[in-house]
Formats: sequence, structure tokens, C-alpha cells
Amino acid sequence: MRVSSDFHVKCARQRTGGPAFDIVERGRRRSRSVRRVPGLIQSVERATAVLHLLATRSDPVGLTDIASALGLAKTTAHGLVRTLVAVGAVEQTADNGGYYLADDPFGARKNRWDLNEIRARAMNWTDALAARTSLATQVSVLQNKQVRIVHDVLAASGVGLPVLRTGQIVPAHATALGRVHLAFDVHLARELVAAGLDPFTHRTITDGAELAHELAEVRDNGWACGCGDLDPDVATIAAPIRDQGGAVMAAVGVSGPIDELCGRAGAPRTSLLNNITGSARAISRAMGHGQLT
Amino acid sequence: MTTRYVAAIDQGTSSTRCIIYDRGGVMVSMAQRKHTQYFPEPGWVEHDALEIWKLVQRLIPEALRVGGIDPQQLVGLGITNQRETTVIWDRTTGIPLHRAIVWQDTRTTEMVEGLRAQGVASDAEHRTGAPLSNYFSAPRLRWLLDAHPGARTAAAEGTILFGTMDSWLVWNLTGGVDGGLHVTDPTNASRTMLMNIATAQWDPELLEVFDIPAAMLPEIRPSLSRVGVTVTPVAGIPISAVIGDQQAALVGQTALRAGESKYTLGTGGFLLFNTGTTLVRSRHGLITTVAFQMDGQPIRYALEGSNPTAGALVEWIRQNLGIIGTPAEIETLASTVDDNGGCYIVPAFSGLHAPHWVSASRGLIVGLTSYVTRGHLARAALETNAFAARSMVAALNDDLAAAGVAMSLTELVVDGGMTANNTLMQTIADICDVTVTRPQMSEAVALGAAYAAGLSVGLWTDEQQLRRNWHTAAVWNPDIDPADRRRRVANWSMAVDLATQWNPA
Repeated sequence: MRVSSDFHVKCARQRTGGPAFDIVERGRRRSRSVRRVPGLIQSVERATAVLHLLATRSDPVGLTDIASALGLAKTTAHGLVRTLVAVGAVEQTADNGGYYLADDPFGARKNRWDLNEIRARAMNWTDALAARTSLATQVSVLQNKQVRIVHDVLAASGVGLPVLRTGQIVPAHATALGRVHLAFDVHLARELVAAGLDPFTHRTITDGAELAHELAEVRDNGWACGCGDLDPDVATIAAPIRDQGGAVMAAVGVSGPIDELCGRAGAPRTSLLNNITGSARAISRAMGHGQLT
Repeated sequence: MTTRYVAAIDQGTSSTRCIIYDRGGVMVSMAQRKHTQYFPEPGWVEHDALEIWKLVQRLIPEALRVGGIDPQQLVGLGITNQRETTVIWDRTTGIPLHRAIVWQDTRTTEMVEGLRAQGVASDAEHRTGAPLSNYFSAPRLRWLLDAHPGARTAAAEGTILFGTMDSWLVWNLTGGVDGGLHVTDPTNASRTMLMNIATAQWDPELLEVFDIPAAMLPEIRPSLSRVGVTVTPVAGIPISAVIGDQQAALVGQTALRAGESKYTLGTGGFLLFNTGTTLVRSRHGLITTVAFQMDGQPIRYALEGSNPTAGALVEWIRQNLGIIGTPAEIETLASTVDDNGGCYIVPAFSGLHAPHWVSASRGLIVGLTSYVTRGHLARAALETNAFAARSMVAALNDDLAAAGVAMSLTELVVDGGMTANNTLMQTIADICDVTVTRPQMSEAVALGAAYAAGLSVGLWTDEQQLRRNWHTAAVWNPDIDPADRRRRVANWSMAVDLATQWNPA
């Protein structure tokens, strides 16, 4: 095998129990990019080398790049990534053009939560949020790349938007809840933009650059607001719920008439924001955020 | 003006909570801790009363700290508790003589059957409003006094005190060995089988039946009254309400008027129907109980039906079958199948309650075939709550009609931790053929204790203020074929018949 990249995978038996692989930048023209150590299984070494390569890139990597970076035949590289996709360690972009490291390959974080458990833990605080704001209140999670409502509380008036009821799937780019999830899942955001953002009203964000900018705002502010972007008369505000490790595992928000949620220039009312971020904080605590095991 | 708050201590079967509410009745802070469940023998359930008191000592400061609230901002504290659980302690040391015997405990079954054989059942039922059963405190208290030599004499001399959990906590909160107040309220006292339901006083005849010295009993004060002031762990908080958990939920749902009701789904499932100042006696084994008493006002009554094994069955499935990791996961598991697969569970862990009352009966699972999966078992477990509710509603409406009061139950208003289970709520609506409504206050027990405490000290001046806080959070309407309902209800009745016959030696 020949070297064709700046990356070199150094494999060494480490008595200290550290990783068996190291990716180090090296000069070119070394003899082999995946060096064999006697007694180790070659296919595992190679698969891990693929993972290390993907881990260094923020954008998806094409098959040709993977093969050349690791000095592997394209068919060999294809067999490796196909297997890694099948076992869930690597994901493929929607257009099949690139591969990236699965965000949470072993379900240690996102998939740990049972949806009904989330509802059970959040309910006291969503009741309080609904009581304080008199607005319909929802909790959502990201499930199979879709934003699903897992709990809702009716507004004091006894109504809630039909599309924001428990069990419904809402468009991720066109609600505050959805944009909270997208803000913390860059791969999904990229995929949605690539697939095209459907308009629901004239206020729906359909431009990828505008969405990217908006998601940065969500991350900076710690909340999202949507004014008439799903239903022309309805606004939504949401904030992230975090798990023990700080990862965003769900979102909590309210929905209601635009006039009630937003003031002039479409800015969300401060008292509402405080209530929503306060609820998000309390629910996060109930999920273990900030709690010692 | 400083914001004023009211606090509740909810001493439940599996955990104890301190929750602080604002004047809008909205929770602002919560601290919660579980305590140890002891199962020393089959059918025996015990709690360590000292452990629970130590938890309360931590929970009050913790709730204040989390909410950023100064103790002086608390205008009242309401105590609500698991009922019928029995503790005796030494007033000079503050140490319980025995672990508390919990309401689910069945060790007194034989004693109660012995008393029944002596012919005391109908008189006891008339005096207490409840069928003679191992469910209430008196047989447990008698068992404790029998089990500890010298305890009965010491009790008669006033050194050994009896209490349900409310009495135990108030005594400790108000100073314990240094002048702690030994009190209870009519809702808790009505669950001892020692209180006369008509007079709301300890009944000398009943004390004689159960051989209980009067000197060891707490003083019965109105549920909503200024009982005393805390000494520890935070001094100076007025204790302004003491009320049993199910009655507290009635208040929390603002079901304060005759004709209003609530169905709480916690460890057990409890349906209470407010009959106002009218004492309605049941012909179907429902319990006539005290709903609450406001200071200076007549006793308000309720009819109660209960299924002691609601959340307790889910917890049993979690711990002993291990097919779910948390109680909430039972819904996930139940959702893997469309029906119960022909499987029915009768969870008579502590005998069958209303309207059957067979103390010695035990639970069963019927209809097993190789087709039945863990998903079917999960669904069958949830369905038990719907079938139990259906028989309670039927018994209740029949009793109300027989009593000639112009009231009936036409809607189930639910609360409690299990109301997070949407599958269960839909099943209850389907089987009972009524609308099920959950208000924005699933923790109605703690809220009710807070409402009671706040009303008592004038934080709220009338019940209308509380009613305005009541809003619908979710509604479930019946949505099954009536023939399907009839078939399932008939199958359930058959399963219950089998359980009544299952009377193991």
C-alpha cells in the first residue's frame, strides 16, 4: 500500500491501556499508512482507522477520499464503511456522497431515554409552565431524525394547535422546538438543508444560510422563537432540555397567538422567555443535569 | 411587598416530598427523597419512621434553598400523608418501638377474621363507616401492642404514643420530646377504625374491641386549622393543615363541594366523591370517610373506592419481573402490542378491596398462552386500573342513587404520577365509558395540602380563588366498540371471581 495523505495512522501496542491508534501528522512517503502489528486483527485496525479519519473532519468525507487517505483500495474502503454504517458507527449523507461519524453510535446519550420516562419527569414542570403562561405547552425529542411531540398540556383556554399535540411530528425548521433540536444536531441541519426546506407560510425559513444563522442565534441565546412560520397566526418559543452530560436531549416550549408571545418587531416577551428557560432548567435538573450520580 | 408562599410535605408510600407553591397555586420548588421499603415476610410491609423524619428534616431546607425562598416567606405548611400506616413511639426518647406498619400490610388478616367471628363486624362498620378489614390502623396497633411486652401498660400511662404518619411528623416538627404536639385530623382518624364517623371523636366501644388505651391516641383537630408552629428543622413555620393524602387530592382538585370528585393514581388508585355534609353509607363496600373539616365548620364527607395496587403493580413488575427499567417504561412496553392478548391480571396483593373485600385473597394472572408476551402483561397490568375504576364508579353511582341524593359521577377527573401514562388514561376512558380529564396539576396531593394550609391562614380567602387555578391539561374520550368493552369487562369479572375463590391455606 502506498501513502497519499498527510495523515498517518500509527498503530502501537500500548501497555497503558490507551487507544491502540493514533493519528499523527507526519511527513509524506512513509511506507504504509496502516501498519500491522502482529497478533491484532487487521479489519478492526482498518475500520478504526476509518473512524479516526472521520473524527478529524467536520464535513462528510467521500469514499474516494477515505480510500486514498488510508491508502486502501476503493473496494476495501467501501466494504469497511458499508459495515460501519450497518453497525451504526458511521452515517451516510442523504445524497450518499459522504460519510461522517455517527453522533452517538452506541446510544449512550440520546437513545438512553424512554419517551414515556421523559414525559413522567417533565410533567410537573410543564404543568407549572402552562399554569404560569396560560399557553399550550409541549415537550419534544429528536427521534429517527424527526422532531416528535412527546407531551403536551392544553392552553388555559382548553385548546392547543393540532399539529403540536402528543405523538405528532413537526417540521424541524419551522418551529421553535424543531430549531432547538437542529441547533444541536449539525448533521441533521445540513441534511435538511440539502433536501430542501418546505415553506408552510411566507415566514418559514427556506434558505439554508438563513437557517444556519438562525441556529447559531439559538445556540448563543439558549432559546428559539418562531413567529408564524408554521401557522400564520401561531408563534412558538422553546428552550433545550439537557441530560446529565449536558447534551441536548429534548426541548420544551409554548405555543399560542403571536400577539401573546411576541412584542413589537416579533421579539419574544421577556417574562415568557424567563418562564420557559426556567422550566427547561428545572426539567434538565430532573433529567440529572447538574446532579452528581 | 415580599412574595408569600405556602409549603406542603407529602409523606407518601414510596417517597416524601416538600413542595413550595406561590399564591397562584403554581409549584416553584420541589425536593423529593425515597425511603426504604421493608418486606420482612410475605404480605408484610414496613417503613422506618425515623428514616422518614430524617428525610423531612433535609427536604424542607432543600426546597427553600432550591426555590431561593426565605423561611419567613412561608405563611403556612400543610402536612399530607399515606393513611392507615401505623407507628408507635416512646414520648420520652422519640424512638419508635417498631418499624411503621404500612397500609398495604396484611399481617392482621387472621386477627381481623377472628374479630369477625366474634360478631363485631356490622357494629364496627356502622361506627366507622368502613367495612371491618386489615386495611385500617386499629388491627395493626393492636398487633404492635401485643408484640411488645409492656407496651400496652406504658401506653395507658401515656409514655407510648400512637400515630399515623401525620401525627408522627407534627410531633417531631413541633419539638418532639421537648413538647411536641400529639395531634391528628378527622381524615386520618377516620382511617384508623377507632373514630366514630358521625361524631369525629375516638369511639370508646371501638377502643375496647381493639384493646387500645385511649391515653396513647392523638387529639383530633380540624384538618384546616392552626395546629402549631415548627421548632425544627426550620423554626417558626405555622403548620396550618393536616390532611390524609387522598382527601388532600380532593382539595387540590378543588372538589370542595358536594357532587365533585377525583380519581388519584399513585401507588394505589383512589376514587373519592364529595357528599358534602351528608353521610352516605355504602351498600357495595365503599368506604364512608371524612373529606375534610375546616376550623369551626361541620365535617364534610366523601365516599371512597380504592384499588391498592395501581402504581404498586407497575413497581412490582419493574422490581420482581425486571421487564422494565423505570415505571414510565411500562407504557413503552404496553405500546408494543394492541391488546392484552387474552391475559388478565388481578393484583390482589393485599386482598381484594371495594367492592369485594376479601382479605385473604391473593393476586393472579389468567389467560396465559404461548402467544402472550411481556407487552401483553404490561397492557394487562395497566388495564387493571381501568377495570377497578369501572367497578368503583358503578358501586358509587348505585350507592348515591340508593341514598336518594341527587348526585352521580359522570366524568373522571384524574391526578397522580400515573396520569403521565397516556395509554392508561385512554384505557380508563374506554373501559369506564366516561371522559377522563387531567388538570394542570398532576401532583394534586401536595397541592391540596398547600391549598388547605393557605386557606387556613388566609393566603386565599375563598375557594373561588382556587377554582380559577384549575385548568384542563388533557382530555381522553371513550373510543372503543361497546361490544369489545362488554367482552373485556366480562372477562375481567371472571378473573376477579377466580381471585375471590383463590383463598390459599
